[in-house]
Amino acid sequence: MKTNDLIIQTTTKLVFFIIFLFSIHIFFAGHYTPGGGFVGGLLMSSAIVLLLLAFDLKTVKEMLPVNYTVVTAIGLLISIATAAGSIFFNVPFFTHVYDYFNIPLLGKTSIHTAMFFDTGVYLVVVGVTMTIIQMIGGDE
Amino acid sequence: MTVIANILIVAAISIGTIFVLVTAIGLIRLPDAFSRAHAASKSATLGVMCILLGVFFHFWLNEGNFNSRILLGILFLFVTGPVGGHMMGRAAYLSGVKLWDKTVRDDLAEALKKKRERRK
Repeated sequence: MKTNDLIIQTTTKLVFFIIFLFSIHIFFAGHYTPGGGFVGGLLMSSAIVLLLLAFDLKTVKEMLPVNYTVVTAIGLLISIATAAGSIFFNVPFFTHVYDYFNIPLLGKTSIHTAMFFDTGVYLVVVGVTMTIIQMIGGDE
Repeated sequence: MTVIANILIVAAISIGTIFVLVTAIGLIRLPDAFSRAHAASKSATLGVMCILLGVFFHFWLNEGNFNSRILLGILFLFVTGPVGGHMMGRAAYLSGVKLWDKTVRDDLAEALKKKRERRK
């Protein structure tokens, strides 16, 4: 029997963006307040899981045509590249630096290499969580 | 100014706590799954929203910290709380949970029967 899930689908369309924005916020606020790559990644994957619950696996794959194994690999590469970049400047492995840059839209912004490492963590967490859930959920 | 702010905060948090208490009493005293879902989804949502509003006013008026995450939390609860109640009630009905024996009206049963006949 085809079920009537209009209410949950409409709510999901609204709530997905709230969770998505909150995950981005948590990710960027991680340096000074609680949060960071891990929590942000988990929130992002929970938003995608909400989409999976409201719609089915095939629709979500069409909405977000992403291979999550590749996402995991890219995240690991970014993290390792951030850590290994310090070798070229003759400082110990994993040495972080920061500086101020003038970005067109944001003005004077402090950019720290720990943020790139956190981006890698974020991508790995999203990739691993979504791979596990899709492997368990898909049975075709 | 501080007195008015404190009255506002205490009123909001007290009302919220009373609503949460009413929810707990309703969960114990009401007869079947659907009236319990009705108690849990409505008054718990309103109670938690009132408490969050009190916390928001405390941090805004007393500490001078406008915390927009609490406002986002209020909006999120307002949207998702009733939908959660709806989904649980619907799942309970479709899996055959009995209504209270004094129930007089059941429109969903007729709709489901019509739908099953149309499929045949």
